[in-house]
Amino acid sequence: MVALSSLVLLAGCGSGISFLDPHGPVASTQRDLLFEVIAWMMIVVLPAIVLVPFVAWRFRRTGNNKSYHPNWQFSWPLEIIVWGVPVVLVCILATLIAGKARSLDPYAAIPSDKPPLTVEVIGLDYKWLFVYPEQNIASVGVLALPVDRPVRFRLTSDTVMQSFMIPALGSQIYAMAGMVTELNLLADRPAVLMGQNTQFNGLGFQNQKFDTLAMPQADFDRWIANAKQAERPLDQDAYSIVSEKGKLADLRSRFDFDPSKGLIFSSVEPALFATVVARYRPEAAHRHESDEAKGPAHKGHDHANH
Amino acid sequence: MPTTEGWWPLLFGRLSYDALPFYSAIATAAASVVVLGAITVVALITYLGRWRWLWREWLTSLDHKKIGIMYVVIAMVMLSRAVVEGSMMRAQQAIALDNPGYLEPEHFAQLFSTHGSIMIFFMAMPFLTGIINFALPMQIGAREVSFPLLNSISLWLTAGGAGLMMVSLVIGKFSTGGWSGYPPYTDAAFNPGVGPDYWIFAVTLSSLASTMTGINIAVTIYKKRCGGMSPFRMPLFCWTSLCTSVLMIFALPPLTVATGLLALDRYVGTHFFTNDGGGNMMNFANLFWLFGHPEVYILILPAFGVYSQVISNFSSKILYGYDSLIIATMCIAVLSFTVWVHHFFTMGQSADLNAVFGIATMTIGIPTGVKIFDWILTMAWGRVRFTVPMIYSLAFMVLFTVGGLTGILLANPAIDFQVHNSVFLVAHFHNMLIPGLLYGMIAAYTYWFPKAFGFRLDEWWGRVACGCWITGFCLAFLPLYPLGLMGMPRRTQEFFEPAYLPYTIVAGVGALFLLAALASLVTQLVVSIRRREELAVPGGDPWNGRTLEWAIPCPAPEYNFAVLPIVDSRDAFHAYKEKGTAYLDHRFYSDIEMPKNSMTGVVFGIALAAASFGFVWHIWWLAVLGVLVAIAAPVARSFVLDTTRIIPAEEVRRDHEAWLARLRKLPPADRAVETTPQNRGLAEAAAA
Repeated sequence: MVALSSLVLLAGCGSGISFLDPHGPVASTQRDLLFEVIAWMMIVVLPAIVLVPFVAWRFRRTGNNKSYHPNWQFSWPLEIIVWGVPVVLVCILATLIAGKARSLDPYAAIPSDKPPLTVEVIGLDYKWLFVYPEQNIASVGVLALPVDRPVRFRLTSDTVMQSFMIPALGSQIYAMAGMVTELNLLADRPAVLMGQNTQFNGLGFQNQKFDTLAMPQADFDRWIANAKQAERPLDQDAYSIVSEKGKLADLRSRFDFDPSKGLIFSSVEPALFATVVARYRPEAAHRHESDEAKGPAHKGHDHANH
Repeated sequence: MPTTEGWWPLLFGRLSYDALPFYSAIATAAASVVVLGAITVVALITYLGRWRWLWREWLTSLDHKKIGIMYVVIAMVMLSRAVVEGSMMRAQQAIALDNPGYLEPEHFAQLFSTHGSIMIFFMAMPFLTGIINFALPMQIGAREVSFPLLNSISLWLTAGGAGLMMVSLVIGKFSTGGWSGYPPYTDAAFNPGVGPDYWIFAVTLSSLASTMTGINIAVTIYKKRCGGMSPFRMPLFCWTSLCTSVLMIFALPPLTVATGLLALDRYVGTHFFTNDGGGNMMNFANLFWLFGHPEVYILILPAFGVYSQVISNFSSKILYGYDSLIIATMCIAVLSFTVWVHHFFTMGQSADLNAVFGIATMTIGIPTGVKIFDWILTMAWGRVRFTVPMIYSLAFMVLFTVGGLTGILLANPAIDFQVHNSVFLVAHFHNMLIPGLLYGMIAAYTYWFPKAFGFRLDEWWGRVACGCWITGFCLAFLPLYPLGLMGMPRRTQEFFEPAYLPYTIVAGVGALFLLAALASLVTQLVVSIRRREELAVPGGDPWNGRTLEWAIPCPAPEYNFAVLPIVDSRDAFHAYKEKGTAYLDHRFYSDIEMPKNSMTGVVFGIALAAASFGFVWHIWWLAVLGVLVAIAAPVARSFVLDTTRIIPAEEVRRDHEAWLARLRKLPPADRAVETTPQNRGLAEAAAA
């Protein structure tokens, strides 16, 4: 157990890859919750781990101890402790779940005085396409975010199911074709953070990583401005190339870009995201629009929109 | 090559020379091992002239003990394959930092898919089914299960599925979709090859077999208990088997439906789980885990039963909290149906729904925790003997508690959003299944082996194997917990974070210990067979046992009990020994009616396996023929009226009295010499 917990502490090394080194309020709450639950659990875990070897050794056959009660099989006080302690503990842990459920819900907006930045995420085979609808640019392999501003991700997939995750910022959520899921995160300081797909989706799965660049608002504005200079629109042709099966690096033969800086598109077809969703569920396109119209009050209690 | 036109597709479907594994040296080697292994076994049996013996004594037998043993043989063979596969993946990850390693992504993906599918459906399920089949009827004082023929059919369906897994290693490529086979990835649009079809049919055969096994075990417990064996006098293993069988009856059908609908998607173009056409993979996820979560408890409850037996037996003490343990088992069985959503907290449903399922999941931790403390209290004020099954039990209690802790963490949706799909999850379920299920099954194998074959297993090699399983598990899987917290996803063939490397190397070393553990088990078996005269325990009671199966000779006679016992307490055999009535001469013996052998199960299983192979490769004549034969076999059997044979009372009397005469000449063995050749199977308690 000591070994395990020291391993857990060691796990903090490696920067920008883990929620143990959190870069946002969601991840840091999750880390605190992890340690809090572990601490509470020690109430039953430690006695069990200590008592097993202790009792076995104390009552070993070769130990010549005189207190042998082969027919002792029940005790009310012990019974009450054995059932009672776990029941109380689970009640305490249940309040932790219930208390954090709403605030750590991926759909819950992060409180902030700044309006959220919307990023539309399309899962492709072995890469993520990020569309910035307000800025009218898109990127693959790199996700730029302003710090201290909530980000509202809307996710779908143009292939099999995937799971979008930036561990140092917070939760993961599935991206599924014909459906839209949602994730709210916030980066609280500039850093380069590892982002990835965690749901196996084929033979290039291990390469489906991206750099999340959390940067001050001014740098972000500059990044957007630079992106617009790229003179590489994400039109139908470009999208069909990007969405072919393959890794980001494979796109170098089709576009001229530096994979370490990501593939940037200077403009996007306005309804790209909705088109991708509607491709699999034509009837859902309208409902999705009406969901939009209902506004934020509806969100957070909804299933993935069909 | 004539593979797409003319007579070829009619005869061989989409089978072609390309299906042979010559595309990769490792795959070729693996296939060669399978083929050479099969040839060696066939040649050996032919050389020894044992085909007729094998057919009559084993393959067509309806004896619950022999069926149980055959299940365990399947489990052990499949365990060997899947441990090697697991070790190959650990070895790959130990060198995979910025390095494609020695396994191609496709091969790696096949490995995690076969490893998981085999370990669950063809190692764990046959192992626990075999152990229940073997021990349970004896524990409740019965001579056979309620439906012996159904038992044989279940066995052969499982064998057929296992055979299909082995064939997939030689002909064609297995699925890359993992043991859970999530669509749309496994749909025809993304994976048109034979891989997902192999997975679908192997799993379907196994799920049908397990459903029928569940019915058989439950009915046996309800109807076949001996006189005086009221439910609350049954050994705890019977209670956990009952709960497992009820779970099997209700949990396996959703899986059969899920794989069936997926097959329809792939074969006839329906849209249950496709991306388009109104399909929705969420339905698959729900169906699959509606099976998948109770399945976890199907796997663990029999092991809990084994631990209850072993800890009580080797503490020389009555089980503490018998009623409490039964209530806890029942709670687990019921709650196991209420938690399946925790397998996909990240699918986008509402926070409240996740919270409800998270709390339900933690609730299961309560009865499980109660069990651990009841076992500790069973040892208290006893006289604990550190035999091999007991060491497994102690290791289980400590390590399972760690797994319980991480299970509670995973049950919390907010934490699960971080560790879902990571190697933390891999560590958690291996933590539950290796120290939980596997240690329990090996403990059961060690504990009941003498009852099956008449001699004990070698103690020293047993301890070596035990040490290797424990060390191997700790090294191979505990490092995956911090790795998962560091964001490493599962099923990754290569990684790019230097911080992961030290942990994956330690895990790779652990895999070596697990291979050594497997080798030690094989060595133990070989050594024990060589020493079988020394290790023989003809008295039938090598462990100073407490339950009825120890009241009869080792190996147990076909009919188990010469005269059906009548019990008036829990731990009935222990009570007999205390009263000095354990080995009485019976006055009256009667004829015993036992089921005759039947080849129906063999034909049924092989026919459906052949039909499955036909479906996988689109060899339609074979598929149709196989299904027709499988339907015809039980129909034909229903015309056979003479299905039982009589063992005359005189023969029973002769054998039983010969055993008693021999037993009375045996030296009573004190517990101090339990693991030495002085232990001939007569406990000192009975002799006193």
